[in-house]
Amino acid sequence: MKTIKSQLLKMKTMKTTKLLTLFALGGVLLSSCSDDDENPDVVNEEETITTIIVTLSGGMNGDVILQSQDLDGDGPNPPVITATSDSLEGNTTYTGSIEFLNETESPAEDITEEVEEEDDEHQVIYSSTGSIGSITTTDVDRDGNPLGLNFELSTNTAGSASLTVTLRHEPTKPNDGTLTGAGGETDATATFNILITN
Amino acid sequence: MKKVIFIITSILFVSSGFAQQCKSILTGTVIDYHDKTPLVGATVQSLDGSIVVKSNDNGNFKVKGLCDITYTFEISHPECSTTLLNVEINGDTNIDIKLEHHLEELEEVKVIGSSVKQTNSAQEISLDTETIELYSSATLGDALNEIAGVSSLNTGANIVKPVIHGLNGSRVLMLNNGVRMQDMEWGDEHAPNIDLNSAGSVSVIKGASALQYGGDAIGGVIVLGQARFPKIDSLYGKTILNGVSNGRGGSLSSELIRTYKNGLFLKGQASYKRLGDREAPDYVLSNTGIQEIGASIALGKNLLEWGWNFNYSYYNAELAILRSSHIGNIDDLIRSINSGEPLFIRPYTYNIQNPRQKVEHHLAKIGFYKRFEGLGRLNVQYDFQSNNRFEFDVRRGESDDRQSLDLELTTHTLSTDFKWDANKTFEVRAGLMFRYQNNFADPATGIRRLIPDYDKYDLGSFITSEFKINDVVTLDAGLRYDFSKINAKKFYQTSRWEERGYDIDFQNLVIEDLGNQLLVNPVFDYHNFSGAVGVQYRKNNFSILRANYSLSQRAPNPAELFSDGLHQSAARIELGDLRLNSETSHKFSLSKEREYTRWGYTIEPYVNFVSDFMLLEPTGVEFTIRGAFPVWSYRQTQARLLGADLNIYTQFFENWKTNHSFSIVKGKDMTNDTALINIPSANIKNSLSFTKPEWKKLELRLTSDYVFRQNEVPDNFTVFSPEQQEEILLEINTAPKAYHLLGLYSKVAFNVGNGNTLTTSLAVNNLLDTRFRNYLNRQRFFADDLGRNIILQLKFNY
Repeated sequence: MKTIKSQLLKMKTMKTTKLLTLFALGGVLLSSCSDDDENPDVVNEEETITTIIVTLSGGMNGDVILQSQDLDGDGPNPPVITATSDSLEGNTTYTGSIEFLNETESPAEDITEEVEEEDDEHQVIYSSTGSIGSITTTDVDRDGNPLGLNFELSTNTAGSASLTVTLRHEPTKPNDGTLTGAGGETDATATFNILITN
Repeated sequence: MKKVIFIITSILFVSSGFAQQCKSILTGTVIDYHDKTPLVGATVQSLDGSIVVKSNDNGNFKVKGLCDITYTFEISHPECSTTLLNVEINGDTNIDIKLEHHLEELEEVKVIGSSVKQTNSAQEISLDTETIELYSSATLGDALNEIAGVSSLNTGANIVKPVIHGLNGSRVLMLNNGVRMQDMEWGDEHAPNIDLNSAGSVSVIKGASALQYGGDAIGGVIVLGQARFPKIDSLYGKTILNGVSNGRGGSLSSELIRTYKNGLFLKGQASYKRLGDREAPDYVLSNTGIQEIGASIALGKNLLEWGWNFNYSYYNAELAILRSSHIGNIDDLIRSINSGEPLFIRPYTYNIQNPRQKVEHHLAKIGFYKRFEGLGRLNVQYDFQSNNRFEFDVRRGESDDRQSLDLELTTHTLSTDFKWDANKTFEVRAGLMFRYQNNFADPATGIRRLIPDYDKYDLGSFITSEFKINDVVTLDAGLRYDFSKINAKKFYQTSRWEERGYDIDFQNLVIEDLGNQLLVNPVFDYHNFSGAVGVQYRKNNFSILRANYSLSQRAPNPAELFSDGLHQSAARIELGDLRLNSETSHKFSLSKEREYTRWGYTIEPYVNFVSDFMLLEPTGVEFTIRGAFPVWSYRQTQARLLGADLNIYTQFFENWKTNHSFSIVKGKDMTNDTALINIPSANIKNSLSFTKPEWKKLELRLTSDYVFRQNEVPDNFTVFSPEQQEEILLEINTAPKAYHLLGLYSKVAFNVGNGNTLTTSLAVNNLLDTRFRNYLNRQRFFADDLGRNIILQLKFNY
């Protein structure tokens, strides 16, 4: 009787072992199926703004171009600021325009166009310190609110100055033209240090 | 000791006898299936009721005057499940009847809804069915908040991550129907992909002692199980309908269970939840709606000797993330912190807009068990999980409809264990586990991957034992070894690779150089050992003392190793570290439970020393064209968590009961002698309830939650604000003020005929519409927490 029982047990154990092996095999098969040695595709950020270019024209010495460029996006390298000239003439009114580019793509993608397409969701806010007198935006969005891709900048007498430009996404519109009043979130920003000469 | 005889063999050897008259005698013994001890007082009854006998002190019984035909007997015992047995009488017949008389089964039957203890000596607590139902329209994390020592790390009201003894994420292991959830628990804003309504029982083990589930549960284990299916022919179910005022929506959950006498069972369950924007006392929390769908089926057969089961569950949620928490750069963050009001307050809407998450989880499991008489029980289980996560950010143009993050995590697990439980005083369990996991990050997002593609292999093995020294002392001990291998392919920006110094330490991992990006192939192995030892001293049912030590090791998760890039909604650059190694925890815990006639208490102190503790904290600032961002990096340190949970209840007057709990945890970075980040504040919960079962099961409860201010936080730091052109103190670690919330709950049940009941309850959370912010809510920088919320619940049991 004991032998019958142990045989029964044995048979059952064998069955279970078989079942277990099957399960294990299944697992291995499943895992090996999804295994592949192909390398993943690289992603180049499409919406990143890498470059801000501010062009100021109307001075006696030709256009002044200010640029902030950050080619590694959210990488560790800070933006690099360059200018064709580090000075503006005093008591002058400049006509300004601003451009945004994504230079991680080739050819560079013009983000300014996207801003224009969604002008009601964007605004460029300008602020300054020192010898810059006033900055006035000269364009409006589809709702008649300031957009800021074009502007006028007038200088005072000689001295040092700084100009900060900020592209805001989904700002409160209309607003008082300050960063606090505009709200929304910053898509791109740069501060340029400028010397105003006589 | 009595001879053990199989029912089949017993029928075989009583084949002689020619009696035609009804004078055969049936003799037999009723014994425990597991330890073969005789069962006293078992009833053996023929189906027509004409024969009723009881077993004597030796478990023996005798029935005279039987005919040589087949009888069906019902064998019952107060502590066993009733079974039916066909006996062919052929002359004088002798049978042995085995009933399942087992401690764990007993507890399950006695305490309906609460689950079996998973450990012997660890701090462990279960939620009853009533609490699970109470949170039917909320989340698992909210329900677990009821337990002292368990809190949550929230992102708004929809994303609630359980925190056990100050630890969360990968340090808290989640078991759903015996399956370890693989749902990207590594992110702070990733909630468990579980529908609370699908769980029949929920228990929490504070600590890593439940080695059968994993060795890396430095925080603890949350076990979601199914209520036991009875072995009777029955069809039953329940439907819960919730109306929720804050969110102006509700939820519906329904389940239906069919059971059969032969052990077969079938359960189907589905739930749906829809809420619009939630509201703080003073304003709408714009974009905080949710849509959640959960469904599950379970079928199987539970017999004494063997059984199988199949489970499938589906979870799908679309969660809106507070619009104001999606900010551009550090100046936006400073503005948010200083203004004290959300930057976006829009008209109320049900729409779920960007930023939002869409998650989907499939879980399928097939399990089999077999009991070997006088030996133990073998379990074999295979499970499959597929987790899909989309995250949508506020983006420009057409990309607004395109996900910023698209991860697909697929996991296969095969596990088996054997439990030797035949010996009454000594129990051993040993098991093996194999797991394969693949993560695929879809490049179609147009945004560099936050988590890379990887393959991960795990192998685990454990042995645990329990030794009952005498009626009062039980010892337990266990060991576990886990091996894991991760093979990832990740693109790094060349500038980041160099800045991290990886070009010196890991240059051999580079497999492709694309100029500004590098493709690298890290392959890392981790060997982790864990163990637990403990003792339970159970003087009687009213006084229990438990002591436990557990050692656990956890390998870094993919986020800790690889994350790299801008977290847009958090306005921070998060950097993982390839150099991280496993963290090791030593946790000592005590638990004292005492019940007197009118009151009782539980006190649970603990200390947890973690070496190489991985933590994410602000380490500096980086400038990009979008502005300045704080950099949060992972580092490892020596940490110490010290805490205690206390529970007291009183029942001094008939129908009145009070509950009081207090929990505190202190986290310290021993290397730098500073506070650890994200440690829950101390809190006191009190409740006063009145129950009068005769009055339609009336229940009234007033609750009070007082949450202290977290005074131990890491230092704030200064950052240069380009907008203000000066160094500004960023108060990112400053904790919000203490707060006190009141709540009300009332319940009545009606009999609606045919044994069906309708239970209605009304709950009011944040009764006084108090303004508050919680330290462990990641949206505390941007908006107040939820205002008053009234929940009306109708529950129909049938």
